[in-house]
Amino acid sequence: MAEAAESPGDPRTTSPRPLFAGLSEISISQDIPVEGEITIPMRSRIREFDSSTLNESVQNTIMRDLKAVGKKFMHVLYPRKSNTLLRDWDLWGPLVLCVTLALMLQRGSADNENDGGPQFAEVFVIIWFGAVTITLNSKLLGGNISFFQSLCVLGYCILPLTVALLVCRLVLLAKPGPINFIVRLFVVIVMFAWSIVASTAFLADSQPPNRKALAIYPVFLFYFVISWMILTFAP
Amino acid sequence: MAAADELAFHEFEEATNLLAETPNVTTVSRSDQRPPEGHVAVAVDPGGSYGAEDEVESDKTALLQEQQQQPGFWTFSYYQSFFDVDTSQVLDRIKGSLLPRPGHSFVRHHLRNRPDLYGPFWICATLAFVLAITGNLTVVLAQRTDPSIHYSPQFHKVTVAGITIYCYAWLVPLALWAFLQWRKGVRERMGPYTFLETVCFYGYSLFIFIPTVVLWLIPVPWLQWLFGALALALSAAGLVFTLWPIVREDTRLVASVLLSAVVLLHALLAMGCKPLPLEHMAPTHQNTPPHPHGVLTPTPPRPTTA
Repeated sequence: MAEAAESPGDPRTTSPRPLFAGLSEISISQDIPVEGEITIPMRSRIREFDSSTLNESVQNTIMRDLKAVGKKFMHVLYPRKSNTLLRDWDLWGPLVLCVTLALMLQRGSADNENDGGPQFAEVFVIIWFGAVTITLNSKLLGGNISFFQSLCVLGYCILPLTVALLVCRLVLLAKPGPINFIVRLFVVIVMFAWSIVASTAFLADSQPPNRKALAIYPVFLFYFVISWMILTFAP
Repeated sequence: MAAADELAFHEFEEATNLLAETPNVTTVSRSDQRPPEGHVAVAVDPGGSYGAEDEVESDKTALLQEQQQQPGFWTFSYYQSFFDVDTSQVLDRIKGSLLPRPGHSFVRHHLRNRPDLYGPFWICATLAFVLAITGNLTVVLAQRTDPSIHYSPQFHKVTVAGITIYCYAWLVPLALWAFLQWRKGVRERMGPYTFLETVCFYGYSLFIFIPTVVLWLIPVPWLQWLFGALALALSAAGLVFTLWPIVREDTRLVASVLLSAVVLLHALLAMGCKPLPLEHMAPTHQNTPPHPHGVLTPTPPRPTTA
């Protein structure tokens, strides 16, 4: 209990009191506690958390990570403005998607070395270097998103295009012709638009307001190139 | 006349000495901002209060550059200073590159001495991808008219196109800037552009090729030549108008050689991007598919057709 003897300011006087004028009149008695513990309430919980994950079964660990990845996939498929993708970023999803895409897009047997679609390494490099370049671009323009968060969002938003590639491969098993091409074109365009909407929903807020278009345009170019690779894929 | 010597101001001593040495020269008073053609501007005291006979504009330039204190090149904010543009500014610069006006230098009027690297980098990237995509599309369209042409995605075009365009957009401004720096001594009035400003206006001048490459898909030859000539004219005009204030003080020979070299290199790039006419695409009973873009895709030697 403080026994600060402070002379109260007289409300009837109109002269303003100087700042901290009353401090000299405080007397500290023995009853004010000036020592104690600084406890952070989270800390004990985290320590419990750590020791418990060490003892859990392997299945639990794997399922937890898989569930996190699956939750993010759901967020991409139904894009809402939410922070989940940004807060707990991980790069498992982008890696899986990128490897799937590169494996399916690489040319089979080509007559000539110089023709045909991209090799596995080319797709891989385009996706990862494209994502890094877009992230650098948005950071240079003054966005306040971290490097890995941005990579995470861009990687996860490739999911619709991977689905489009699967559909295209199935459609290509049928008879080739203009209808075949129209169906593939339609699917790729829809998935391309979905990717753009999903990534914009997550990334747009982190940019300064008068530079949003400058930061979104490279994302558009990136997904456009990937869509082009998917559309021109010929087995 | 010792008293007269003591009374003479020191600044004028140099001027009188110079006048005595070169009696034919015309001195220019400080109120004149432009020395008349063919005369030498006498700089009375370069470091002192009278200053060099520079234009008011380059004084402002020096002030602006002093204000932008650049941090060291190893810090992130150094590079951030090159991306300090808004959407409206980028759009304005693109518009300025599309519509060059004589007498309006792109650097002075649109960049206002704040060059950015966003425009050149992404315009080059877009152009490389658009070139690869339209090359691919040309083969697709050709295949529809002539089914014997074998279609393949030809992904290596992206790499070749990208490397060519980025080399052009960086090495040619480097050479130009180095050359202008070398000739700096001849110029009295205006300082040359910095390296970044050169890269910047070269990058923005490439923007017009993006819609042109897309329009080149139309398989009508004279229309393709028309579009190509139009794009080249606009782009090269922009470059020439920007370089003209720098180059006009140089000797006529150097100026004309420089400007024609710039236009020629630009024309070479345009020719490299232009697709070959369709009849040059050989049908493949040889297994190499046609290469629609002239220079950018070096072809392996083809076996002669029967």
